[in-house]
Amino acid sequence: MSILGRNVLPLTVHASVLAPDWPWGFWSHMIIFVVIVMAFVILMAMGFIWFERRVISRYQIRIGPNRIGPFGLLQPVADVIKILIKEDIVPLNVDKIIHLLAPAVAIIPAIMVFAVIPFSNGASLVDLNIGILYIVAISSISIVGQVMAGWGSNNKYALISAMRVIAQVVSYEIPLALSIIGVVLFAGTLSMNGIVQQQSIPFILLQPLGFIIYFLASLAEVNRTPFDLLEAEGEIVAGYNIEYSGFKFALFYLTEYTEAIAISTIITTLYLAGWKGPFLPPVLWFLIKVFAVFTLIIWVRATLPRLRIDQVMGFAWKFLLPLAFINLLITGVQVVAWPDLSQWVIVAVNIVLSAVLIVAFSRMFRTKGDKVEA
Amino acid sequence: MALKTETFILNAGPQHPSTHGVFRMRLTLDGEVIQDVEPVFGYLHRGIEKLAEGLTYPQDIVFTDRLDYLASMTNNQAYVVAVEKLAGIQAPERAEYLRVIMAELMRISSHLMAVGFLLNDLGAFLTPLLYMYREREKILDLFDMVCGQRLTYNYMRIGGVSQDIPEEFIPALKKYIDSLPGFINEYEQLLATNEIVLIRTKNVGILTKESAINYSAAGPVLRGSGVKWDIRKADPYSVYERFKFEVPVGSVGDIYDRYRVRIEEMHQSIAIIRQAMEQLPQGEIQAKIPKVLRPPKGEAYGHIEGPKGELGFYLVSDGSTNPYRLHVRPPSLINLTALKELLVGVKIADAMAIFGSIDICVGEVDR
Amino acid sequence: MTTALAATEIAAKLEAALPGSVVESNGNTVVVKDVQLFRAASYLKTTAGLDFNYLNYLTATDYQTHFELIYDLISIEHNHHIILKTRLTDREKATVASVVSLWRGADFQEREIYDLFGINFPEHPNLKRIFLWDGFQGYPLRKDFKH
Repeated sequence: MSILGRNVLPLTVHASVLAPDWPWGFWSHMIIFVVIVMAFVILMAMGFIWFERRVISRYQIRIGPNRIGPFGLLQPVADVIKILIKEDIVPLNVDKIIHLLAPAVAIIPAIMVFAVIPFSNGASLVDLNIGILYIVAISSISIVGQVMAGWGSNNKYALISAMRVIAQVVSYEIPLALSIIGVVLFAGTLSMNGIVQQQSIPFILLQPLGFIIYFLASLAEVNRTPFDLLEAEGEIVAGYNIEYSGFKFALFYLTEYTEAIAISTIITTLYLAGWKGPFLPPVLWFLIKVFAVFTLIIWVRATLPRLRIDQVMGFAWKFLLPLAFINLLITGVQVVAWPDLSQWVIVAVNIVLSAVLIVAFSRMFRTKGDKVEA
Repeated sequence: MALKTETFILNAGPQHPSTHGVFRMRLTLDGEVIQDVEPVFGYLHRGIEKLAEGLTYPQDIVFTDRLDYLASMTNNQAYVVAVEKLAGIQAPERAEYLRVIMAELMRISSHLMAVGFLLNDLGAFLTPLLYMYREREKILDLFDMVCGQRLTYNYMRIGGVSQDIPEEFIPALKKYIDSLPGFINEYEQLLATNEIVLIRTKNVGILTKESAINYSAAGPVLRGSGVKWDIRKADPYSVYERFKFEVPVGSVGDIYDRYRVRIEEMHQSIAIIRQAMEQLPQGEIQAKIPKVLRPPKGEAYGHIEGPKGELGFYLVSDGSTNPYRLHVRPPSLINLTALKELLVGVKIADAMAIFGSIDICVGEVDR
Repeated sequence: MTTALAATEIAAKLEAALPGSVVESNGNTVVVKDVQLFRAASYLKTTAGLDFNYLNYLTATDYQTHFELIYDLISIEHNHHIILKTRLTDREKATVASVVSLWRGADFQEREIYDLFGINFPEHPNLKRIFLWDGFQGYPLRKDFKH
């Protein structure tokens, strides 16, 4: 099939599995990788919890947990034990089934995202040829779990949280998807591993604007500061998970960090050339980049206050969405008009364009701070 | 198609992260928008006004520490000013200067907390607050040096102060005062140029000049609305007439103005402390007062400019050792009167920020 | 310096505007009759030259023979103040007009007086106990209150 003179693969879903010559072929691969993915998610979540607490303490001029194990590394283990032996409280008037199912509905899609993440060249559970589409589709299902929790808890704080999350996530889904298309246009493939293989230079340089839009929109998707309206502590206390305790709460907590890991890995794959890198083994490069992205997220959390719900929505529709469209347009023109031009020229053009666009757009949203007369 | 909607009632508090203690707001909400608000008090009511009637005048100083526990020194001062007015006692000059230094340090400390908690209410996950705590900690260390306490000082005495400052206090104070403007400016740069802080605070929670006066608002809330009213200037007590300082006022009366007024006041307090340190005379720290204080029959109202507004004590004496009646003019409680007007029509998120910008201390609200 | 206006002058003005309202005046304190309190207060607030637009505080004292209410009024423009008082002798049905319509700052303070002294303010928009719970017996700041 060819569109605009370029060869495009026919759109049929097929998963390529890496090691068909292992004993039991497909199934052994599946089992091993499911174990790897689950272990990765759980270990990374615990690692991230420890990492975030330690890093954020540095921003806040304190030390953070450092008592349990070396550098406090076993703190998450202690937390998990504590949280699991807590009493599982189900309030009297909750919608029992929805209340029970919500944590599961939230966490399963969050983990499913990792099925297509390439940890190394071809090292993923399945290498779907529509990998990124699969991620966009799956990752927003977690929200259903949170809405269920908010609705089923029969608690007003939780209900407000649920209302907020629907509005917010639906809005941010659009710029998020649009910014991904920019990457897909350059890569010419939807497969996650294919995208990494296409990055002779990281796409963050080719798509600086897309990266910023994706980063901000995904922060909103996973409800991290400054878009953490879902569980705005100072306003609605804990939001949707206010009536949860014990293991169910642990699942929500895990979901949150799994989603944070997910966006870190997706950003790493899409924009930071995934497992690619000199000298070190690919898996290590992958982890280094994931931690770097996560540090950025923590930095944002440690620094910025929260937006109000209407400002959050305005930011999505008035700021990110037009920019995402412009970015898509520019990328499309570049891919069609200069298919053979050196990528470094496009890098230079795009960085300049992004800077101009962001400055121009943010002027429209400036609030002037003036001094009080003394 | 018009959807049928109905309002619902949300109890924010008494246990809520943003209510700064055990205070409860009964919010009637239409979705996110507040339709009505009813503050509910009394969770920390200890009956201090009643208890004070059963103790002698010097013993009551201890109660004042427990009113606004973030500004105990100024509470002490307001009370002793009132008693001195009632009994006709004049504290020695050195004591007055020491009181001014302590009160201004306390004001800085209280404003640091106010700004930090305001940003916390805006959702800035503790970071600004902890930086404010760092600076406040140094003030507490200075107080510790002076009176051995870090929260409830009980430092001011009727007719003076409990003890003279140690030798190392003035150098330590000087060092701190010299470093503080740099810190305040640094935080200020981080916060007041932050677009999210601006968008959340500008033109939100506007209290007009007329309303502020009508609601008997005081302190930074009144001045943020553009009323130049500071007891230190309007009705100078102690030795404030001898210092040069400005009274910062806002122009709009929004959260941002109240925040800015607090920041500017910290700078003014630093200026006052500098002058007080230079002028600090030698001499007595305690006036001669009778062992058993029996103020003459009558009544007196002594007031000072506390960090949260005009803090006054109304005392009635029947000639005995105990006050016949002690009434506190609590700036926190009276500033809250305007809460309803400020909150109706805003979203929950703004409500918490507005509440934070009023800066209350529940110990003083409930007494 | 906030100037304390001479109470005798104010009393004369009040007496001229509202005959028979002033009970006594000395220092900076004017005592008015309880039934005339609201009119006296609104006269002090609205008269040009007086402009007492700021109710500094409002409280009460139980003198056992009577309750005394103290209104500390300030004019921010002129920086002067006066203390307006009124006395209520009926302990069982102590009632006085609410000044919330003049100074909304009186809202919580009148509720506090209602709560702790048991003095009624019939025109108050929301007269409920403020610190103590609804079923509380007695009024603690009265001198005859027993625990």
